[in-house]
Amino acid sequence: MKLKLKIWRQRNSSDKGKFVDYAVDQVNPEMSMLECLDVLNETLIERGEEPVAFEHDCREGICGSCGFMINGVAHGPERATTVCQLTMRHFKDGQELVLEPWRARSFPAIKDLVVDRRSFDRIIEAGGYVSVSTGNAPDGNTIPIGKDVADHAMDAAACIGCGACVAACPNASSALFTGAKISHLGRLPQGQIEQDQRALNMVAQMNIEGFGNCTNIGECTAACPKEIPLEVIATMNRDYRRASRKSHKNHVRSVRPMTEWSNGSKLDIDPHATS
Amino acid sequence: MTLDARIPSGSIDKAWEKTLFDMKLVNPANKRKHTILVIGSGLAGASAAASLGELGYNVRCFCFQDSPRRAHSIAAQGGINAAKNYQNDGDSVYRLFYDTVKGGDFRSREANVYRLAENSVKIIDQCVAQGVPFAREYGGSLANRSFGGALVSRTFYARGQTGQQLLLGAYQALERQIRAGKIKMFPRTEILDIIVIDGQARGLVTRNLITGDLSVHMGDAVVMATGGYGNVYYLSTNAKGSNATAIWRAYKRGALFANPCYTQIHPTCIPVSGDYQSKLTLMSESLRNDGRIWVPKAKGDKRPPNQIPPEDRDYYLERRYPAFGNLVPRDVASRNAKNVCDEGRGVGETGLGVYLDFKDAISRLGEQTIRERYGNLFDMYQRITDEDPYKVPMRIYPAIHYTMGGLWVDYYLQSTIPGLFVAGEANFSDHGANRLGASALMQGLSDGYFIIPYTVGDYLAKAKPGKVDESHPAVREAVVAVQQNIDRLLSIKGKRTVDSFHRELGKIVWEYCGMSRTAQGLEKAIGEIRALREEFWQNVTVPGSGKDLNQSLEKAGRVADFFELAELMCIDARHRNESCGGHFREEYQTAEGEAQRDDEHFSYVAAWGYTGPDSAPALNKEPLEFEYVHPSQRSYK
Repeated sequence: MKLKLKIWRQRNSSDKGKFVDYAVDQVNPEMSMLECLDVLNETLIERGEEPVAFEHDCREGICGSCGFMINGVAHGPERATTVCQLTMRHFKDGQELVLEPWRARSFPAIKDLVVDRRSFDRIIEAGGYVSVSTGNAPDGNTIPIGKDVADHAMDAAACIGCGACVAACPNASSALFTGAKISHLGRLPQGQIEQDQRALNMVAQMNIEGFGNCTNIGECTAACPKEIPLEVIATMNRDYRRASRKSHKNHVRSVRPMTEWSNGSKLDIDPHATS
Repeated sequence: MTLDARIPSGSIDKAWEKTLFDMKLVNPANKRKHTILVIGSGLAGASAAASLGELGYNVRCFCFQDSPRRAHSIAAQGGINAAKNYQNDGDSVYRLFYDTVKGGDFRSREANVYRLAENSVKIIDQCVAQGVPFAREYGGSLANRSFGGALVSRTFYARGQTGQQLLLGAYQALERQIRAGKIKMFPRTEILDIIVIDGQARGLVTRNLITGDLSVHMGDAVVMATGGYGNVYYLSTNAKGSNATAIWRAYKRGALFANPCYTQIHPTCIPVSGDYQSKLTLMSESLRNDGRIWVPKAKGDKRPPNQIPPEDRDYYLERRYPAFGNLVPRDVASRNAKNVCDEGRGVGETGLGVYLDFKDAISRLGEQTIRERYGNLFDMYQRITDEDPYKVPMRIYPAIHYTMGGLWVDYYLQSTIPGLFVAGEANFSDHGANRLGASALMQGLSDGYFIIPYTVGDYLAKAKPGKVDESHPAVREAVVAVQQNIDRLLSIKGKRTVDSFHRELGKIVWEYCGMSRTAQGLEKAIGEIRALREEFWQNVTVPGSGKDLNQSLEKAGRVADFFELAELMCIDARHRNESCGGHFREEYQTAEGEAQRDDEHFSYVAAWGYTGPDSAPALNKEPLEFEYVHPSQRSYK
């Protein structure tokens, strides 16, 4: 089959960027969306042009690296599917697909379809963990956890951090992502000790990063490749409200957002020096 | 070179305890004066970095992905082994040790494996405490399942996403230390060389993948946890970015590379569907617990599977291995699949596939139970193939999945370069010639949480690495060499893409150094690899510049290293005139077609040393001694 691809090309974060049209003639219905881009890129390179930059790694829907909008829908038309697992049989011969990156202030553009999602790492850094150091653990069966509780925690823990929820949300809110971690840890006894502080810190970090507010639209969960349920946001709000009421003792601590690419020390050596 | 593995003397069950006591400790107040460079943020890297940070060291952690949470450990599905004996089925540390040595076809180091089995129980505890949502029984206790190659139920799991949950646990511990200011994280950063000063690993040359800037990071010790090299084959179950560049640069700087030919082929992957294929998708081996593997008895039987009556089916694993049946170890399962396909009995359009059939399990247990056990795997299969495995048997075929070989390390996980430690799949130590299912996660976390934090401290206390800085000539030399390599790749401006070379390299290695090997084939492969490498350096085209995000340039550097590593794999495979585990030489098999080891001549670790760009690598041998598990012909009949 043949496809027309209208792809967002942007050299770097300061470039304005624009859509460029491409035709791909040798599309096999069995190939994935990313393999289709591979085929396009091979032809571009052979023509001496720069290939389309896109993020990808595991190509089996679990690492969360890949993701872009296809005709305005995060990860494309199939439910619960990342673009690396989206096969071309879901499109029609001759169809036009518009590919563009996640667009959100908190995900600055890097190049073409690649954006900077370090704000997600900082939300976790603000409190998305259980404060237990290596060696502190009692036997795993010491605290029984009901199957339903563990299953529930796992439903939330399945988040892959791809950012589709933010891209799909008209407010560019990261409530689903943050709520998923708060719900995962808050449902388990191990995570309940820090429940209040976690909610306060992670929510504060979301705000500092410039993510929008949740207005219960639900686009996030519809776009989520792991089908994280909307109730994680309710859980987050509940935890946050409860923690806020008794917050006189709690000090909210957040992390400084960073947009530059730190490189360690400045290199004194001229790498082009011969000797 | 004489290889001293520093294996402690005395009884194996006290060896690690004794080693820990004999270690020299770093004064807590001095720990913050030491900087440790950790490369990779998968299970081994993230757990090591977090644990070192908790102890008070300054840690710098590097990964090429945009976030440490993306490391390929995340894709492990089935589970993690631990000798908890929660199921009361006779498991013990000793049994896990025994199974692992035997499963590795008697090519691993006993002391390391014993320690791995000991640590396994602590790993589960640690992960539970971190909030990893392991599967539970209704009564609230941890659930287990059995896994390929084992007769006890010792595998812990979190649905089909065990690797993801364990990695997120380690990632969260890492983030906690980043917040505490003990770890500085460098995502989107590639390691392009290691700096060795006065014989000690002291620094790294890195490239920021967004800006293209080169940097130097100096430290007192380096921990490499960069994973395996399965992407040599182009088509593998590894992530697209998984690469061998860091370990290969370490090899060229003097670290020995052990058993490069020990590669593992996973028996249950989705078959290749076309030339555009970019990677292979693995289906968890746990599927073999309930699925039955078969092919038609007759060659070229093209009937749809549900029209082939039972008497025309060959359940070849159950037939040949009545004791283990569909649960034989990975190498045995893979080779048998290849054999039946070579006989012309393979299924699917390409004829490179066998059926994995759940019909009997569904009629025995009901569709609901199967859905609970494997629902997400079945969904994934259906998404890729557009076939419903509840109705039609899955088609599977073996694919490269894991590399047992890696940088040589001693009992302390230190390579032959003092101060360079290697953890997880990147080292060679624990799995011998074949890894058992659900043991990779165990090894990564054992190394990272429970070995590296101690052994690195012992090194710092004993070696007392002094102060060095970037003005050292070795630093300049490394930076200039890295830049020259980048400039060279960009300046060739030939006609072929990096991927086209990589694909061709992969085909050669898969053909001659894959599931079965011959001396003649390997000889041929070495010639073809060299010729292709030469063409690569004359005819590759890398568009763009080195000054910004350039994914073609990243790939080109990695593929350049794969060429050299592929040759070493073939040299190692050709030298090992025996069959063991994943290394099957057609010349060395029993009358029944099973792998035939030669313990008299090959009971050693082959550790290769770099001797220069165009000279043959030097072979060093670490003899293997088996005091506890006596080598026998593996039998799964």
